[in-house]
Amino acid sequence: MDSSNLQQPGIFAGLLAIIRRDLLLAWKRPGDVLNPLFFFAMVCTLFPLAVGPSAEQLTFSGPGVLWVAALLSTLLSLNSLFMSDYEDGSLDQMLVSPQPLPVLALGKTIAHWLISGFPLVLISPLLAMTYRMPSAVMGILMLTLLLGTISLSLLGSIGAALTVGLHRGTALLSLLILPLAMPILLLGANTVSLAAANDVYGTGIWALGAYAIASISLAPYATAAALRISNE
Amino acid sequence: MEALAMGGYGAYVWSCFGLAFIVTVVIEWRGRVRHNEIYRDIEVRIKALEERE
Amino acid sequence: MWKFFHQMASPPYFYRLAATLIPWFAIPGLILIAYGAYAGLFLVSMDYQQGDAFRIIYVHVPSAYLSMMAYMMMAVGGGIGLIWRLKLAHAVGAAAAPLGAAFTFLALVTGSIWGRPMWGTWWEWGDPRLTSELILLFLYFGYMALRSSIDDTAKADKASAVLALVGVVNVVIVHFSVEWWSSLHQGQTVFKKGTMDADMRIPLFAMLIGFSLIFGAMVLRRLRTEVLFRERRTRWVRELVLSPEGGK
Repeated sequence: MDSSNLQQPGIFAGLLAIIRRDLLLAWKRPGDVLNPLFFFAMVCTLFPLAVGPSAEQLTFSGPGVLWVAALLSTLLSLNSLFMSDYEDGSLDQMLVSPQPLPVLALGKTIAHWLISGFPLVLISPLLAMTYRMPSAVMGILMLTLLLGTISLSLLGSIGAALTVGLHRGTALLSLLILPLAMPILLLGANTVSLAAANDVYGTGIWALGAYAIASISLAPYATAAALRISNE
Repeated sequence: MEALAMGGYGAYVWSCFGLAFIVTVVIEWRGRVRHNEIYRDIEVRIKALEERE
Repeated sequence: MWKFFHQMASPPYFYRLAATLIPWFAIPGLILIAYGAYAGLFLVSMDYQQGDAFRIIYVHVPSAYLSMMAYMMMAVGGGIGLIWRLKLAHAVGAAAAPLGAAFTFLALVTGSIWGRPMWGTWWEWGDPRLTSELILLFLYFGYMALRSSIDDTAKADKASAVLALVGVVNVVIVHFSVEWWSSLHQGQTVFKKGTMDADMRIPLFAMLIGFSLIFGAMVLRRLRTEVLFRERRTRWVRELVLSPEGGK
């Protein structure tokens, strides 16, 4: 190997590099992981407090409440996706990087999901138990949350890219993303409800899977375009 | 008068048609107001520039 | 052909052209609406199931149709603006958005009022069309909020174009997913469109086409305003304002 040959890192290497970087940064700020988790748990606590702890109400509303809580938690955490990079100038570096911007956007989003979306999936059985969800249904819940949070993070990255650096961007971000998130919420929560009712739930899982795949393949391009637009 | 009653549904039907009329008129009117305001602002500015020359 | 588009994209040319076009849209549109409303209200015989309340269809359907058409215009305009970098195309989005939002609101309210005698309630979450229309209203608000929060016009144009394009895909997805959801929680909630007699359908088409025409007129008018505002510091606007007939 000629040592004077400047090896251009491949796309996959670039992807891994940015994921590693963001994970390292988050490691130094445990709040990034813990805050969405606590928020998720707190929202799950709000409902029984507000509408009463009757058992059948809990089992009935469990899927919906857990899903709404996960959605809101993801929404709030999306604001910080590009914020710190925007503030310290790293975003500008990414815009002129030889790595394709969609790859960098995808990498950041994957890291963000690992930090704030995936932990929700892991902790959901604990909260689902408080909603008296049978364990078979819990498995479906975790699966829908897994696929759903992936799609949410990816769609959310588009909104985050459009609103980065804007005055009062958080509220605007939520307003932009909620309509995009509604089909996912619909599919996720209702699939779990179907499973709880011993009904056929396969369609929902397939649809969520398709959504996740489509988001992974398409959202990064929209996010990259949005990043370029908001930072020119 | 039976036109107004609309077989008992008069309030519903007429409120819908009325609302449609109002909404259409209002957005058109607001559009014109905005256009005139913008035009006037430009006119004032241009005429002021003209006078200065 | 290309020369036509090139000319069209020139703001001063468009500004004058639109002024002459507007009456050609507005007047036939108003006539059709007048006929459609009159026929729908008084001439068409009442529906077997819904009585006279079904006449609301003559304003509800055109509103819902316009709410979708406006969004399509915003998305297509945004797409053309992004790809061919035509400022005029972007201006279409800015002009059409408030109109689309207004008609979405109208569709929702007329839908709700229609629902009251039909379902006994002012709002029915189970109706897929009503719910999808509500989400469409949120999409409009998001678009307008994004536009107004970005100061630089060119940036606002491009950002909202991306949003509109992503939103178009979402509109389709929302429609299907809400329909699936509503079929899960079935109730007697869906508007029975069913078969319509020819004499019921004709005033409906008149209203649809009439409203589309006046919508076109309103968009053209607001587009003129957009163009005027965006070009307010150019020479052609200056000459327009100073010219004897003025440029309104």
